[in-house]
Parts: sequence; structure tokens; C-alpha cells
Amino acid sequence: MAAVVVELRGARKRFGEVEAVKGVDLAIGAGELVALLGPNGAGKTTSISLMLGLRRPTAGEARLFGLAPEDRRARSRCGVMLQESGTTGVLTVREIVDLFRAYYPAPLPTARAIELAGLEAKAGARIGTLSGGERQRLYFALAVCGDPEALFLDEPTVGMDVEARRGVLESIRALSAVGKTIVLTTHYLEEADQLAHRIVVIDHGVVIADATPREIKARIPSKRVNFSVETAVGEATFRGLPVRNLELADHRVRLLSNEPETVLRGLFERGVVMRDLEVTGADLEEAFVSMTRRA
Amino acid sequence: MTTVPAAPLLTMLLAQTRSELLMRWRVPAFSVTNLILPIVFFTFFGLPVAHLVRGDGVSIGAYLLASFGAYAVGNVMVYGFGIGVANERGMKIDRLMRASPLPPLVFMLAKVVTALVFSLVALVLLIAFGIVVGGIHQPPAVWATIITRLLAGSLPFIALGFAIGYWSGPNAAPALANLIYLPLSFASGLFVPLNQLPAFIQSLAPYLPSYHYAQLAWSALGAGREPLGVSLLWLTGYTVLFLTLAVRSYRREERAKFA
Repeated sequence: MAAVVVELRGARKRFGEVEAVKGVDLAIGAGELVALLGPNGAGKTTSISLMLGLRRPTAGEARLFGLAPEDRRARSRCGVMLQESGTTGVLTVREIVDLFRAYYPAPLPTARAIELAGLEAKAGARIGTLSGGERQRLYFALAVCGDPEALFLDEPTVGMDVEARRGVLESIRALSAVGKTIVLTTHYLEEADQLAHRIVVIDHGVVIADATPREIKARIPSKRVNFSVETAVGEATFRGLPVRNLELADHRVRLLSNEPETVLRGLFERGVVMRDLEVTGADLEEAFVSMTRRA
Repeated sequence: MTTVPAAPLLTMLLAQTRSELLMRWRVPAFSVTNLILPIVFFTFFGLPVAHLVRGDGVSIGAYLLASFGAYAVGNVMVYGFGIGVANERGMKIDRLMRASPLPPLVFMLAKVVTALVFSLVALVLLIAFGIVVGGIHQPPAVWATIITRLLAGSLPFIALGFAIGYWSGPNAAPALANLIYLPLSFASGLFVPLNQLPAFIQSLAPYLPSYHYAQLAWSALGAGREPLGVSLLWLTGYTVLFLTLAVRSYRREERAKFA
């Protein structure tokens, strides 16, 4: 593996009664594009906070470029986009990007950072006048403007419309292509799959999977299948089919699956008559419940 | 590798100060209050008596300009840091700054430099107003001494501002700053000369920070009530007190947000 950029060793973080991170070991090498995937409250943000020294681990250790994360030499090599952080409203986009550039030894040109965030049209606008999605793009510009080696993006596309989201995802890919190390969190499997080389699944403060998007997708039941039946069926009907979280109640059937086509073909062949059939993307939260149950 | 490990601190400080100046300038609640309010107060309390002369030969106009100068600088510091810091905490600016390579000390230093610049401008505007509109004249060296001393002695008010900013929230800070700073200024004889205040306030004044702070300016006119060393000692004591309160609230916040 290339040089390790960020490392958590047995990291734990307790907030009062709640243990948000319960022993995470994770090493991310230079040039990797890693998605931390998990439902809300899984411990993704706390993990990133530990990596960046925004929180101190209750036990274990965090290292950034081999240094303590608070070290200015380590921070100077990182660009950061956080949830729940604000900035003053009275500066313009260009002014604050210029300001953040001054924090870094070899920053990008201001115009380039604004372009990467797709904010050219708003460069002269005051921050206070930006929409939620534009503000989110501004934070992306602030993360990249220092031309850092590593980027930490906590839920980078939250609040963005489809087009803005596509633009930012493209910029992330472009930055990864030129060798930046990128760590991002998301609760969209789709987004992690589109972007990352490696997906680390976090749930209830522990890493429950750490693999390529292909392997993760095979393990997470990504579709929900719901339908009604004329005559009640038993669990036996589903034997041998790739089904998880099967729920049978009266004439309603609910299940999760990676291969809904196979399941439906099997059920047709077994003579099951279905009504009100729905196949939708599974809610990540319930998919994870099924994963931890099977683990 | 030959990369520079971090940006030069001076570059950071200059960029940060420039932004702080812009931010303050663009928020009228700060810029107008800081620069105009002392002139408005001086117009009401100072101008009508500016032509009078005290028993010891000191011009009352000059004496009151020195008083309102002390008020103006304290005002910039207490409101700027008190409300400014509380607002930034409310907007969670601290989280983003914390993750950036900008050292917290440079962040604070930029605020101090900015506040000193605003204080200087407030003093120059006030004195210029006194000279042009009030016809109050002193040798330039006296004005320069007043300005220098008031800027240099402003530390306790910076500390008081930080204490208010870290102790209260964005909603409470303006009220708290007013509640503390206005009575403090009044009881220290900054608005109305001390000998015209009720007796119990006259006996209270020598224990207040603004009283000793104003001595720095009054003594430049030969109207001081105590040796300079005594004033400095009091101001040092108040700086330590306010700084202790500020650091205590700051640490409490650190534990809650970043521990």
C-alpha cells in the first residue's frame, strides 16, 4: 500500500452515555478514494472528526500524515468540508475563498477553486445570499482551494440539486484522478458506488464491512420488494431464493433482496399470484440491520 | 519532498485581518456603533460645555474628549469581542476554523489587530470632530499621547469582551454587553465628570476598570487623579480577572465541542 495518509487505531469515542465510535481500525493510503457509508447516527461524522483532531478519541489513536491530527503541518495538507459548520455572511464567495487560500502553502488560483465548485456565477455574491445548495458548494470550494493532498468531505452533496450534485461528484472524480486522497461520508449507497474505490460501511460505531463497491453491493440487499398475495404463503415458498428480512403478515409480503428479478422469477415459477407489486431501492438503514444480523 | 510544510504565519495574519476589517465594516451594527456613537454622545454631553475651563485650568472640552475617547475604545473592544465571538460561536464558525490550518492564536490576533484599527479610527474621528466642531485645541503631542495610551491600555476590555463572548450566547451577548459596559462607563465618569455624579458613585468609581483606564487619557492633559503606575496596576489586575473568566468559559466550550 502507498504511504498511509490517515489512520485510526482502536479508536473509540464516548459522549456521555453514548459510545458513538466503538473501536475503529482504519488505514487510508495516498491516492485512495474512500467512502464511509452508513445510516445517520452510525458514527461517520465522529470518525471523520477523530481523523481531523476535531474530537479526541476516548481510547485508541488517530494519525494524520503520520502526525497528531492537530499538527499544523498535517492540517496544511488537508482540505475539509464539514457538516454543521457555518461562516460569516458578509464576505463574498471570492473573498472567503481568497482568505482560505492564504491558510495553505501552495493554493490553487481562486478562480480555479470556484470553478471546481461550479460557483462561477456567484463569485461576487455575498455568502449570506447563497441558497443552501450553493453554500454547500462554497464549502467544497473552501476544502479544495488550498490544493491539499487529502480531502475530507462530510456528506458533500447534502442539500444540492441534481445538477450541482453531478458537478461536485465530477470534481471529486477529477481530483481523485490527479492523485488526491479523498475520504467522504455518505448515506447513499449509490453515491458511494459511483465514486469510491473502497467503501467502508459503518454502523452503530463499528466497521461492518470494508471492501470494493462491487463486493459491498453483493452483500447489501439493495432492493425492497413488497406485494400482496391471494392465498397466504409460508416461509417455505421462499426457500432457496436470495431473500432477506422476509416479513409475512396476512396477505402482505415484504422482503429485501439483491436480485429481485431472480426472486420474482422463482415466485412465478412456484405459482405465486402477486398483486400491488412494488420494487424500490432499499432504505440503507434497514439494509444495514439485515447485514449486521447476518454478520 | 521540497514542498513548503505550511503557509507563513504573517501571510495568514494579514489575510485574516483584511477579512475581519471587511466583515466589521460591512455590519453597520458594528461599524456605526463603533465609529459614530461616541461622536453622538459627545455631541450631547460634551459640546454644550466644551468652552468651559476647570478650576485647574484644564479645558473641559479636552477633558471630555479624553473621556469619550476612553469610552469609544472600550466600546469597540467590549462589543466587538463580546458580540462578535458569541455570534461566531452561534454560527459554528469555530468548527470550520478549527479544522483549517489557521492557528487559533492567529485567528484571535487578527481580531485584536482589527479592533485596534477600528479603535484608532474611532479616536481620530472623535478628536477631529472635537477640534473642528467644538473648537477644542491641544498640542498634537497631547492628542498623540492620548491615542497611544488608550490603544495600549485597552487589554482589560479585550479580555472583558472575550469573557462576555464565551460566557453568553449570540442572543444574550448584546444585552449583557450593554448591561455591563454602559453603567460601567457612566459610573467611571466618562459621560459626566465625576464631581457631578452622586456621592456613592464617586466613592465606587475608583474601583472600576474604566475609571483607571480613563486616567491614562486624563493624565495626558494634566487632569489625572492618580499616578500612572497605579492606573496600570489596576488595569493589569482587571486584565487578569477578565482573562481568567474568559479562559474558563473558553475551556468549558472546548470540552463540550472538541474534547
